[in-house]
Amino acid sequence: MNVETYRRKDLLSIRELEPEEISFLLDQTDSFREINERDIKKVPTLRGKTIANLFFEDSTRTRASFEIAGKRLSADVINLSVSTSSTNKGETLRDTARNIEAMATDVLVVRHWASGAPAYLGRELGCAVVNAGDGCHEHPTQALLDLYTIREHKEKFKGLNVSIVGDIAHSRVARSNVAGLLKLGANVTFCGPSTMLPAEVECLGARVTTRLDEAIDEADVLIALRIQLERGAGNAFPSEREYANTYGITKKKLQGAKRDLLIMHPGPINRGVEMAPDVADGPFSVILEQVEYGVACRMAILYLLSVKKEEEPKDAAPKEADAAREAESSEKSRKEARDVVAH
Amino acid sequence: MTMKQLDAEQLRRTLRRLSHEILERTADLSDLVFIGIRTRGVPLAERLAGELQSLVGVRPLVGALDVTLYRDDFNQGGGVRTSLKKTDLPFSCEGKDVVLVDDVLYTGRTARAALAALVNFGRPRRVRLAILVDRGGRELPIRADFVGKNIEAIHPEEVRVHLEETDGQDAVFKRS
Repeated sequence: MNVETYRRKDLLSIRELEPEEISFLLDQTDSFREINERDIKKVPTLRGKTIANLFFEDSTRTRASFEIAGKRLSADVINLSVSTSSTNKGETLRDTARNIEAMATDVLVVRHWASGAPAYLGRELGCAVVNAGDGCHEHPTQALLDLYTIREHKEKFKGLNVSIVGDIAHSRVARSNVAGLLKLGANVTFCGPSTMLPAEVECLGARVTTRLDEAIDEADVLIALRIQLERGAGNAFPSEREYANTYGITKKKLQGAKRDLLIMHPGPINRGVEMAPDVADGPFSVILEQVEYGVACRMAILYLLSVKKEEEPKDAAPKEADAAREAESSEKSRKEARDVVAH
Repeated sequence: MTMKQLDAEQLRRTLRRLSHEILERTADLSDLVFIGIRTRGVPLAERLAGELQSLVGVRPLVGALDVTLYRDDFNQGGGVRTSLKKTDLPFSCEGKDVVLVDDVLYTGRTARAALAALVNFGRPRRVRLAILVDRGGRELPIRADFVGKNIEAIHPEEVRVHLEETDGQDAVFKRS
């Protein structure tokens, strides 16, 4: 797979991607990473392109990550969040997005509380649309950066045991991750109280358990999810303290774990609830690495979606060049003819 | 029709001669670095460094530069579209005597992109260009300082360099 054969207009979900496409995106992430380690962290590639971050939900990390990624590629980046946008004045999602597109936006990065909103915009708009998290559906760039982080440490996915612990029902991170991990050959275990497992959870293809020790036992990677109190997660357990006691990742509960267990979290962390501070800051935690790789991952996505693809590969350019050369040679022969006449 | 222009032995001799030329025209070897342009410039740079080591016992540092993000045909359908590979410069270019290495010099656009990329890694004292095959057809005011072989090729003729490391054999072909 290469830039020319990756022909998707949008990045909407991990579920729609082929395994080769995911691997390609991870490879490209790897290539872009080096730019973030330079003294001058900027390349001129997307000069003159406009990227709009349209966020209907709060976000610090993801929005900043997309903004930095766009700026390091020299694109112009604008941020629109719901509190400052005209949605408050009653404008529909479609109208808001079409207006932004009318200002010659090349890539629209959308976060929305409604599942499917980015896919809807992808159909409605001609510009590229990137899903930066939609409702309880998917968060593809988070999964890609998670997959990249895992690959950096574990090298291959085949046979790898990955446990995802917490509020599976509300988690778009869990849905994107399970799709990607299974496509690449890993085994996935979901763990959480039954009140936090979605209906028909088995359809997602993961092993399911309500016991944390079972999720930790054979795990190579442990992803703790944030308890999303803003999505009503507080109703799923009696108290935060009880949740922390049963499902919070603590040093003590990790005693039986594999020695090279990787600890991950998509952030922001409720310290002391889903993860104890000494685990989050401990030697096996790669939480800040995830954030670091997130920028490279989003650079790769923005780059790939901005490349102007040819309709028919190979044809147009040589023809143009031919025409130019023909014009040149006829000009030359005319000049030669003139010269001959002059002599 | 495909014609072989250089076989493995001729290619090896050409690189040896190139390394001699570089040596002759480099008074001070201490700052000399080779930067190969992805893809095939990188193994060529490694080989030139190896030749120099066998000549004078010092091996210049070798880096790899991917110029994809600096190309001027990014927004043109039909521009060169290779996937990005890693740029890997294990040194700062500040004050260095850089020799850029690539397999084929044609329009000069890759070399231009390489110069644009290079300034992001410090200010080199000097930059020169070493090329295995110069096929003519320049579209920019660029020339090579060290040329392995001149092969006249007019569009749509193609010049292809094959290397052991990337293609399994050493050879240069011209296809018309």
